[in-house]
Order: sequence, then structure tokens, then C-alpha cells
Amino acid sequence: MNERPSEIVKFDNVGLRYGTDPEVLSDLSFTLFPGSFYFLTGASGAGKTSLLKLLYLSQRPSRGSIRMFGKDMITLPRGRLPDFRRRLGVVFQNFRLVQHLSAFDNVALPLRLAGTDEAKVMRSVTDMLEWVGLSHRLHAIPETMSGGEQQRVAIARAVIARPQILIADEPTGNVDPEMALKLLRLFEALNHRVGTTVIVATHDVHLLKKVPDSLIMRLNKGRLSDPTGALRYPPAPRVMPSTEGQGLAK
Amino acid sequence: MSTAPPVPDGNLALPGDGLRASGDIAASLSPPTRLGGPIPWVIAILIALVVIAAAGGLSLRNLADNARADLADAVTVQIIEADGEARAIQAEAAADALGAHPLVTSVRIVPEAELQELLEPWLGTNAASDNVPIPALIDVELSRRASADELAQLQSALDAALEPIGGGARVDSQSQWLRPVYDALSALQYLALALIALVSIATAAAVWLASRNAFTNHRETVEIIHLLGGTDGQVTRIFERPVVREAAFGAFVGLLIGLAAVWLLGQQFASLDSGMVGGGGLKLTDWLIIAAIPVGGVLLALITGRITIGYALKSML
Repeated sequence: MNERPSEIVKFDNVGLRYGTDPEVLSDLSFTLFPGSFYFLTGASGAGKTSLLKLLYLSQRPSRGSIRMFGKDMITLPRGRLPDFRRRLGVVFQNFRLVQHLSAFDNVALPLRLAGTDEAKVMRSVTDMLEWVGLSHRLHAIPETMSGGEQQRVAIARAVIARPQILIADEPTGNVDPEMALKLLRLFEALNHRVGTTVIVATHDVHLLKKVPDSLIMRLNKGRLSDPTGALRYPPAPRVMPSTEGQGLAK
Repeated sequence: MSTAPPVPDGNLALPGDGLRASGDIAASLSPPTRLGGPIPWVIAILIALVVIAAAGGLSLRNLADNARADLADAVTVQIIEADGEARAIQAEAAADALGAHPLVTSVRIVPEAELQELLEPWLGTNAASDNVPIPALIDVELSRRASADELAQLQSALDAALEPIGGGARVDSQSQWLRPVYDALSALQYLALALIALVSIATAAAVWLASRNAFTNHRETVEIIHLLGGTDGQVTRIFERPVVREAAFGAFVGLLIGLAAVWLLGQQFASLDSGMVGGGGLKLTDWLIIAAIPVGGVLLALITGRITIGYALKSML
């Protein structure tokens, strides 16, 4: 358990600008390690969402290099991107649910896109929606759901396929504190049980204290500071032995 | 306080778990579309036009083929002689010479009364007058279509038979008389083909516009699917589905409209009771070609939609 974990994400001197505007991200160099739990903080406009876009492969950087899962994402042909995107789970800030699909079908999307057996899809999605408290809203379409409900659907969709990296942009912004904590526990469970690397962008400083051993990345005007040194050195592994059948109570 | 957060059952599918294509994904993601939009009806009109043009073209081809077959193995010999008595003698001599020719199967001197009857609509009763000399006509049936050389040989045989009695005759291939008609029929067939090509291009353009609009309207969905790991192929299949459905509906309606128009036109021409028009009837193979038009229309729409979406996707990461 003490062996040094290999990197899962490596940014090297990355910069991003939109069109001819000034860079929104500059000189980002950091490494994320498998099984770690990161918080990304920073003021509005600091570049959190832009950095997340680079992480969830929605945007190519203007300069620098990005390696994920040991592959160079800059030179990767776009036809191979889906293979890597399927290893990611993303909670978008504005949820980005497919508006004409029900809560069930939205959550089932990643599994169906990966060609998962429909019986397994049914079971997994039903369980997941039940867990996020939406078992009574299986067939509701997003426009009939509250912001909190939509957010829970978005989170359920992000974690349903047990991603290797979970990227969440303000995932608890629209839910009450109790649900926020519950969702955070789900992220932790994934982090502990499955070894998912979790990156949560948040304004909520209270949230940072809820996850022990989490690491903090702080963005300020597009530049990254590393108050804990977490981005230079691999953290101690957080993946815990399987607790099959015991739930995930801490 | 929150309850223990079990990651929902231990059987959660993992990424890469059997990455086979799901047949249902396109169905479950297809954007909601209604057949009430304009595209199915545009396709219906275009397919109806193609059906009518194709039926017209095939009918003209049959008509020309039948006319050619009827006339290809027949020639007419004309004897132009003002003196009626000499004309009759020359006609007899020509008929004898023609009867001896190996290519000729039957010879008939058209009776004068029959000629007068034929000319009466143009010359009136004067056709029967001796003041208007009418050439003698000989209907000649050949065992097969004669080449230009064989027709020249026939002409030589007639010249050899009639020169001693101071006469002459002219051999006219009936198919040559009708060459301008055949040329006109061919031109009409090419026109029908050009119309089909133009309408096909218009159909492809309509589908291209519809696919592009659908793609633009559902760009957000496409982006989400991409970010969740959807491939270009999966996205394309999602958009193909409504395109094929709308095109199939339009093609079926268009076929019905086209067939109704063809049937009505057929009734109109049948009432003319003309021998030549009767040869323009459609055969089984023609009906099969017409039945294949909507299938071709749907395939054209499918290919156009696929190419359109493919190009649109290339502009996205």
C-alpha cells in the first residue's frame, strides 16, 4: 500500500485563452494522483470552470501539455476521445441534463453509451435514483424538476458508471445542507471504495472541512497556488479495503 | 443526519464493461420530432414528382420501342408517275421484283381507293379526281430490320426492274419517316431523367437543411452525449432515426400521390384509343422500378443525413 501511485492527470505549463482574449488560465503545472480527493477553489472568474473544461476534455488548451491516464490528450485523435471521456464522471454547474429525457434516462445515459446490458442499467439506475431520493421522480423530465432535483440527477449521472475521475463543478450549490453532505459522502464513498479520483470545484469553504485528507487547489486569476503542496507530491493512498455488505458508513 | 451512503449496489457497471453498441441508445435519445413538420411533405411532393417523371419516361421508352419494333421491318415503295396506266404497270413490275427479293416476306400494292380514303382528310373529295395524281404505294414487309446497305440493294433491284419500262421507284424505310418522332421521344426521356436528377438533388438539399437544423437545435444534447463518452457514430444514429422516419413517411405519401397521378394520366391516354399511345403501357419491371423510387428516396435521405451530421460533428471536439 505504500508504493507511490502513478499520476492520473498531469498538466505541464498549460495556458488557455478564448479567441484573442487574454489567457484565462496561465502556466498551470500540476499532477493529480489516483484515489485522491481534491477541492478546487477560487473566486468567481478565477478560471475554475475553464480548468474543469480542460479536465473533462471539452476544451483543448492554447498551449502546454495535458496527459491523462498516461496518454497525451493534445495529440489524441478526436475519434479516441470517447474512450477517455467514459472514464470520467462530470457534474456540470448548470447540470446539462438532456431536456427531453426522463430522470431515469438521463442517469442511464453513460451506461447506455458504453453499451451496458439493459437489465443492469435498470437495476443500477433505479438504485442510484433511490439513493439520491428521486425514486418517485423516475419519469420526470428536467423542466418539471426543481434545481435541487436536477442537481441530484446530474450527480447520479456522473457517478453511475463508477468513473476513474469524478469532476464536479459546484455540485452542492442547489441542495440543502443535509443533501449536500449526503452527496459529499457519495463522492467519498466512490473515492474510498472504487478509488475514483474526485475533483470538486466549490465556493463553499465549509465543504472543504467535511472531507478529511482532501487536497486543495486554489486558482487566482487563472494561476494555481498549491497551499498544501498536494500538487507536487503524491498523497497517501485513500483507497480502503473493500467493505462489501457493510455499507459505507464512516 | 444523512444515512450511510451505499454506492448503489455492488453491481454498478464499470466503464468498459462490454463496449458493444446498444441498439436502444439511438431510440432513447432521438430528439422528439413530429411528422407535422414541413420536411415529410416536401419529400412527399418531390417523390411524387419523381414517380410521375419516371412513369412518363418509362412509358415513352416503351412507346418508342413498340413503334420501332412495328416499323423496323417494313418499307414503303413509292412510284411517282402522272399517267395512271403506266403507274399501274410499274407498280406490278415493282411488286414482282420485290417479291423475288430474299429479304421480302410480303408485298401489297395499296389499292387506289384506300389511298384516296387516306388522303381525303387533307385533299377532300378532290383526292378521287384524276387531276390530282397520287403516287402508287407498295407496302413491303421484310423478314427483319434492313440495314442501310440492304435498303440500297432493294432500291437497285427496283431500278433494274423498272428502268426497261421507263419508270422508277423510291424505297422509304418507315422507321426513317419516324426518326424525328423517335428523336423527340428520346429528348422527352432525357428530360424525364434530368427531372429525376434535379428532384433527387432537391430532396438531398431538403434533407441536408433539415438535418442541419435538427443538429443546431439539439447541439446541447450532442455536446452532452459527447462529454458522456458518446461516439460520432452514436450521435449520427440518433439523428438518422428521425430523418429515416420522416423520409419514409414522405416517400410513402409521395408514392401514393405519384401513382394516383400516373393512373389518371393513363386513363386519359387510354381514352384516346390510339395504337401508338397504346404501346406506352407500363410493364411489370417498370412498376418495380417505380416501387423502388421511395426506397431510393429514403436511402438518399439516410446518406445525406449521415454526411451532414458527420460534417457537423467534425467541427466539435
